[in-house]
Amino acid sequence: MSTEYQLTTREDRVQSRRRRRRRDILISAVATVVVVGGLVARVVTASGWNSFRETFLSATWFVKSIGGVASGFWLDVRMFLIVEVCVLALSLMIALVRTFEYPLLYPVRLLATVFVDVMRGIPTILLIYLVGFGVPALNLKGVPSAPVFLGEAALAMNYAGFVSEVLRAGLMSIHPSQGQAALALGLTPAQTLRDVIIPQAVRRVVPPLLNDFIALQKDVALISILGPQEVFRTAQIFQEANFNYTPLIAACALYLCVTVPMTRFVDRLQWRTVRQRGAVLALGPR
Amino acid sequence: MRGRELRDPAATGAPAGAPVLEIRGVTKSYGDHPVLRGIDLAVGEHQAFALIGASGSGKSTLLRCIDLLEEIDDGDIFLDGEPITVPGMNPVPVRRRLGLVFQSFNLFPHLRVIDNVTLGATRAQKVPAAEARRAALELLTRFGLESRAREYPDKLSGGQQQRVAIARAMLTRPRALLLDEVTSALDPELVGDVLDLIRELKAEGMTMILATHEMSFARDVADQICFLEDGRIIEQGTPEQILTEPREPATQRFLSRLLHANRL
Repeated sequence: MSTEYQLTTREDRVQSRRRRRRRDILISAVATVVVVGGLVARVVTASGWNSFRETFLSATWFVKSIGGVASGFWLDVRMFLIVEVCVLALSLMIALVRTFEYPLLYPVRLLATVFVDVMRGIPTILLIYLVGFGVPALNLKGVPSAPVFLGEAALAMNYAGFVSEVLRAGLMSIHPSQGQAALALGLTPAQTLRDVIIPQAVRRVVPPLLNDFIALQKDVALISILGPQEVFRTAQIFQEANFNYTPLIAACALYLCVTVPMTRFVDRLQWRTVRQRGAVLALGPR
Repeated sequence: MRGRELRDPAATGAPAGAPVLEIRGVTKSYGDHPVLRGIDLAVGEHQAFALIGASGSGKSTLLRCIDLLEEIDDGDIFLDGEPITVPGMNPVPVRRRLGLVFQSFNLFPHLRVIDNVTLGATRAQKVPAAEARRAALELLTRFGLESRAREYPDKLSGGQQQRVAIARAMLTRPRALLLDEVTSALDPELVGDVLDLIRELKAEGMTMILATHEMSFARDVADQICFLEDGRIIEQGTPEQILTEPREPATQRFLSRLLHANRL
């Protein structure tokens, strides 16, 4: 007995693909409703929900505090920009000193190595606290004792420890033949670094660098422990005066407005790098 | 220790009529491994010397020593009669007078073709940017690459990349061109364009030393062929003599192996 096979037509395949797509969309929609709805239902039906809404999610207090919180946030933004520039400059110097071995710079290299190890080993909050209260106690001539300045300095040193390692990895990933080609053209070692090595190294580590800067944006708030009225401190003052936590939620909202776009941007950049390297992506079911 | 008079141009009878490049008793080892065991060579104006020999015979190392990318252990190298391997001498001005082209091109991937070509001129020779650009475009046009000037190197074929690398070395108007197996990394069908270009440069009177595996090319373009083995020049002569009636058994063995592999 012979079976008659029906040949698949192009139309069949299109239909089947469409059915599969529709089914996938339905499954994800149902799954989302179940998970998100379940979570929301649990929170909303919790016994403390009503008082929580009053103290944390009050529209009135949000509107009342947002101006003050935003001006505190502006201080964070300014501190972030200053720290970021310092981190970049400091870590590039450290990375160069640690990567290229000039005998004259030996003591500097030793210092840089110790610096990186120590900075990476201390919790950020402790470092800010110690620098913020320790340096004024020392009474050093010519060193400002403003908490904003000391907080920025501590944060810059802490991040330079991490960022210099990222840059160093970038520098070491450039093949020596690139440097030789530049030298063979008659460039000086300094020109070789500036025109050939550093631009390539930095390009290669842009995504991890940006990741560190997203983290830095948030850690700026740690400077509040020294007293400057930045966003966290401002929100806290509001909260303590009015027994309402909504200003802290406002502070979070302001942060998200900045960090989410930046995170998306970095993600896209990373995907682009992956695609450029021709990586094959096979994620999830067909 | 070698005599001081050797390093003194006046005492060598230079520079009038001095060879463009002269190499005397050069040795070089990496650790315990000797790579060059006493090389003597004199390349006159407008001459092309081909270095042939198996991989590891020291051809590339010799070229890199001449361009001062490697420090020699002993001996002297003279450029236009002037010693360039004096300890403590700044290598940068010397490298500016020589052009080196690498087997693997080594173009700068972050710079467009045109900027790859002008970098040496604008940075090392301090040629104004506009002038360097003009000269580079002229050179690229001559090399058939004017349409690729705005591209990044990785968009070009290997043969095109190598021609860009030659343009990059030529724009600094070198006294001599050092070519390190410039066709070894190319697909066979791309070799021709690069070799034509080098023939052309030779016809214009460019002084050059080229390490190569292309015997027919060496025969065409070289005035002298040097056969290297284990860091020594075993035999030197005209292409006719070396390729058709080699005197040394080592040269004969090398050539017969090439013949066997159909590479002659």
